[in-house]
Amino acid sequence: MTQEPYVRTEMLSEQPAPSGQTGIVKWMRVNLFSSISNSIISLLTILVVIFALYEFLPWMLQPSWGAESLRECLNDPNITGACWGVINDRFNQLMFGFYPHESQWRPLLAFVLMLVAVAPVLFDKLPRKMVWFSALYPFLGVWLLWGGTIWGPLMVIAGFVIGVVVHKVLSNIVGSLAAIILSVLVTILWWLYGVGSIAGALSGIAPIGIAEVSSSDFGGLMLSITIGVSGIALSLPIGIVLALGRQSDMFVIKLLSVGFIEFIRGVPLITLLFTASVLLNFFLPPGTNFDLVLRVIIMVTIFASAYMAEVIRGGLAALPTGQYEAADALGLDYWQSMQLIIMPQALKISIPGIVGTFIGLFKDTTLVSIIGLLDPVGLIVSIQGTSDWNGIVWELYTFIALMFWVFTFSMSRYSMYLENKLKTSH
Amino acid sequence: MSQTNENAAASSAMDVSDEVAIQITNMNKWYGDFHVLKDINLTVNRGERIVVCGPSGSGKSTLIRCINRLEEHQKGDIIVDGTELSSDLKNIDKIRSEVGMCFQHFNLFPHLTILENCTLAPIWVRKTPKKEAEEIAMHFLEKVKIPEQALKYPGQLSGGQQQRVAIARSLCMKPRIMLFDEPTSALDPEMIAEVLDTMIELAEEGMTMICVTHEMGFARKVANRVIFMDAGQIVEQNEPEAFFNNPQSERTKLFLSQILGH
Repeated sequence: MTQEPYVRTEMLSEQPAPSGQTGIVKWMRVNLFSSISNSIISLLTILVVIFALYEFLPWMLQPSWGAESLRECLNDPNITGACWGVINDRFNQLMFGFYPHESQWRPLLAFVLMLVAVAPVLFDKLPRKMVWFSALYPFLGVWLLWGGTIWGPLMVIAGFVIGVVVHKVLSNIVGSLAAIILSVLVTILWWLYGVGSIAGALSGIAPIGIAEVSSSDFGGLMLSITIGVSGIALSLPIGIVLALGRQSDMFVIKLLSVGFIEFIRGVPLITLLFTASVLLNFFLPPGTNFDLVLRVIIMVTIFASAYMAEVIRGGLAALPTGQYEAADALGLDYWQSMQLIIMPQALKISIPGIVGTFIGLFKDTTLVSIIGLLDPVGLIVSIQGTSDWNGIVWELYTFIALMFWVFTFSMSRYSMYLENKLKTSH
Repeated sequence: MSQTNENAAASSAMDVSDEVAIQITNMNKWYGDFHVLKDINLTVNRGERIVVCGPSGSGKSTLIRCINRLEEHQKGDIIVDGTELSSDLKNIDKIRSEVGMCFQHFNLFPHLTILENCTLAPIWVRKTPKKEAEEIAMHFLEKVKIPEQALKYPGQLSGGQQQRVAIARSLCMKPRIMLFDEPTSALDPEMIAEVLDTMIELAEEGMTMICVTHEMGFARKVANRVIFMDAGQIVEQNEPEAFFNNPQSERTKLFLSQILGH
């Protein structure tokens, strides 16, 4: 069939879409009932959800919040399901473990301040000056949680100042690399040998401080958050360094990074935690009292950063080589091109993996119950051991699951927000 | 104005100085055991515009990528702007900031706006204050005729616009030499013209340019010299008129008949 020759004299203008293409009915037709099989699946799923709620809700909605013991729940004819009295009764313990009552404002304040410190990192619309507080927060947070003299954290901060000053002075005298190495060395020596004695002397002169709390009193959700947040905050930068190390042209750095990553990934977290709680004591000089929570944080961080490194390596591998070449061709040096071009893109690609690792890390903190720390899961055993609550199971687990879910779900939503915000192609 | 007059007017503005911009002597390069570049000798004077052509795999891209050390040569010398390319990182960074480069696939930074793409290197490498860098960037974006796109992201632009941004990004570093690595090969025909126009304008201002391209019209119009490469060697180089009308080597004749034949 041939067509008549044709010339268009007017271009067509745009028209609005036909009506009936939006709204809830349309949505349901497209998403739930688009075909017979889809309709069957939809109906079955709805039935399963209704059934689950029908079974679960009555169990949950019980007037048992005032119960003082499991016996009371069992004897009360009005209570046929969950005995929530345990949450009410042990709420404080589930939050703070055995942290002294009169000092519990400290972890609470530390938590609120942590939200303030994290906010400018998460949302770039907030004033940039807040980042200074974020930088100071680690010292403030540690001081609030562990207590003791204010001079300790101040002297640790002073270490950074000393490092910078030493670097400034030396970089004019020796080479820049030597200046960096020497200033790092001086800073570490200061932390190892200077901080303790000088902080002690200063607190002798001006005893400013708050009551010390031993980390064996840490517990509950507070302990999970302490370990989880430290692990998250530390494992990302370490993971980035390891991922870059693994890609490095320098053989020794590459070898060390690969060795570290592969070794840590090959070992279960539990093994590392036992190492932290038991084995480290054999290696440390006798008499050293190395805080157990700190040891656990280090192990969790090491563990998570190995995974983080691999996640970020995936992001690096996904970048076209053209990006590296364009950065090189413009004359950017290695660190500039990593900081400005490569990492922002690689991290963006890896957001789902990074947040996945964060969530995994946060949930893995419950493993510390195995080495005797009283995180929420660890507390379950001790609560079950009391005569009042002997035999209670589901209520505690449900509550703890819900607490963890709130945190992990927030992380997951944030990652989706971030992915959306960073989308630059349309 | 007729075509020839326009050419004549343009070439009078495009004077070549005696100063040497790039000097390549006996340069050799291998990929593993594969000998990609064999005994390359090439002198480029300041203000000269050179078009490099040849079949794919002949080493023409590798040659210009050696000039800013995206590829490392193993033998011979490359001297760019009086600085010798060696493994000394200082020299490499210095040369790279003096030599601009445009790629076949643009390689804009997708996470930065057009303006940020253009100001990044001036701010971080040249230490230009941000405000001044933005003024320079806007100047060059106007020059490539897309100032209105400054706040968009590369993904929102057409291929031709992206390539013009890439040219502007290089120009913001005020390079003394520009390298073009098949800048129009990934573009639709409609967009090739807009990029070539930008390049022609640049040539008329006296920029030293080396272009790997298959746009023979461009070569005729702006090049002082056309270099034909095959199998990692320079087979023939001549002024465009002589090169196209009277090629000497059999290999060149065959190549030209293939690309101009239809």
